[in-house]
Amino acid sequence: MGMTFAEKVLAVKSGNKEVVPGQIVTVKPDHLLTHDNTSAIIGKISDELDKYGVVRDDLSIIVLDHVVPAASEKNAAGHKKIRSFVKEHHLKNFFDVGEGICHQIVYEKGFAKPGSIVLGSDSHTCSYGAVGAFASGIDRTEAASIMLTGETWLKVPPTIKITLKGSLKYPASAKDLILTIIGTISADGAGYKAVEFHGDVSSLSMDERFTIANMGVEMGAKVTVFPVDETAKEFFSSNNISFSQNDAVWADPDAEYERELTFNLDEIKPVVAAPHTVDNLKSIKDVEGTPIDQCFIGTCTNGRLSDIKIAASILKGKKISPDTRLLILPASRKILREAMAKGYIDTLIEAGALLLPPGCGPCLGAHQGALAPGEKCLSTANRNFKGRMGCKEAEIFLASPATVAVSAIYGKITDPGKEAE
Amino acid sequence: MRVWKYGDDINTDMLFPGKYTYTCSTVEEIKPHLLEDLDTEFASNVQKGDFIFAGKNFGCGSSREQPALGLKAVGIRAVVAESFSRIFFRASINQGLLLIESPEAVRSYSAGDEVDVDPVEGKIYVGDKTFSFPKLPPEMLEIIEAGGLLAYTKKKLETRKN
Repeated sequence: MGMTFAEKVLAVKSGNKEVVPGQIVTVKPDHLLTHDNTSAIIGKISDELDKYGVVRDDLSIIVLDHVVPAASEKNAAGHKKIRSFVKEHHLKNFFDVGEGICHQIVYEKGFAKPGSIVLGSDSHTCSYGAVGAFASGIDRTEAASIMLTGETWLKVPPTIKITLKGSLKYPASAKDLILTIIGTISADGAGYKAVEFHGDVSSLSMDERFTIANMGVEMGAKVTVFPVDETAKEFFSSNNISFSQNDAVWADPDAEYERELTFNLDEIKPVVAAPHTVDNLKSIKDVEGTPIDQCFIGTCTNGRLSDIKIAASILKGKKISPDTRLLILPASRKILREAMAKGYIDTLIEAGALLLPPGCGPCLGAHQGALAPGEKCLSTANRNFKGRMGCKEAEIFLASPATVAVSAIYGKITDPGKEAE
Repeated sequence: MRVWKYGDDINTDMLFPGKYTYTCSTVEEIKPHLLEDLDTEFASNVQKGDFIFAGKNFGCGSSREQPALGLKAVGIRAVVAESFSRIFFRASINQGLLLIESPEAVRSYSAGDEVDVDPVEGKIYVGDKTFSFPKLPPEMLEIIEAGGLLAYTKKKLETRKN
């Protein structure tokens, strides 16, 4: 019997010849990601850290991104505590405020490698399936335990196979595809499961794969993974990321799947996830004309260069509606610099956008761009939960960068095809 | 004993708003904001021994552990749901919070029913009905029996050292 991606990685990493869904294995993750929550994590184990130290100085990747720069004395004290911890334990992989969103950093700097296991105290850790890693979110307490022991248990998940056919036709985007998939199988449709993407994957850029894998958790997935093809190899080589072809495991042709689905990319249309769940899928036509108080382009879902490029191309020479505001948030310093060099940032600011520093920004409602009661936000982020952007009486609609950019011109939800015509 | 009854897809933002994530980490800081955007009655009225009953996908969303930490701290006896999201499930085991996946028990509950649970036998009593739920695998029971993951890890480190 053939094995799935998840079965292969977990077998290799647990020293078993084969594993089956439901089996619990002990693994040593290659990396552990934590962010601003590192201060709470190390606070749980301060005595043990003094006594035993960290298990490996290159295990942790720590990125300050959730509330950057610090919005309050309390945030600042948390960041300070993390910097001292990093110095004291000589940790190798620390990224201070301004480097970018943790998931973009892990991906961009090559920490997530094909066939590796990356666990993170952030639910969107599943993003690194874009480069063939087994990547999944855990809680703070488990992160604390892994810092000390370097190991944890994982249950081997059953797998859903999604076959993609054809190619996306602008203005449809990867965001529209993943929102369509989540809307089809529901917010828990992939609960506890691995999701593998097969078929015409080569038609998708790395940025597009990242957007899709990032949202795997919004359908409950444990991991969401793409094969390592020529496009992925090109990404590794152009970013000077070393990897071994032998580690790039992929499912056997006769692997056993719990469920198989096919999506025709040619038929994907721009869509919106309406409040307050990500699987509340609507066609643009259903919500067209909804007035929008705040437009938001960025985050770990859609803050990459190609996303900012699309927004700039739509808004070049135009002004956003006086009835709305537009926030732009590049996912990393690298992306910000590239977008500046290409003139995209200037174009967007000229059109009336407000630029935010690379980080999580308004996405989780902790600071920057909070909403008022009764306001509506059209966002490229990954969650539209009630209260997510700081106010439970506000509404969040999720869409692609193209849809948000076009809608910013009109101050209401607008079909991005309107501009493409 | 009171049962707090909620619907499907109760996410981590409803259980503990994101805006407090980086300013509230201790149990005392967490308690007043529990379920703030879902049920304003909860934090001030919840008592030790209460139950939460909910639909599918309870705890979906962030890796935020404040919900599990807080619900354990206020003395929630068990969260009974049709299903749980995986990060919340792990977080609850790590905090020693009892989760019971039993769609039958949830559907059978009506307001005013007395509820009791026998975790050792894997039984939940709702009104005059009894439902069984599967026991956790030994790996997870070991963590709960140790009093949560940190206690378990500390014990393990101590043993290794000796």
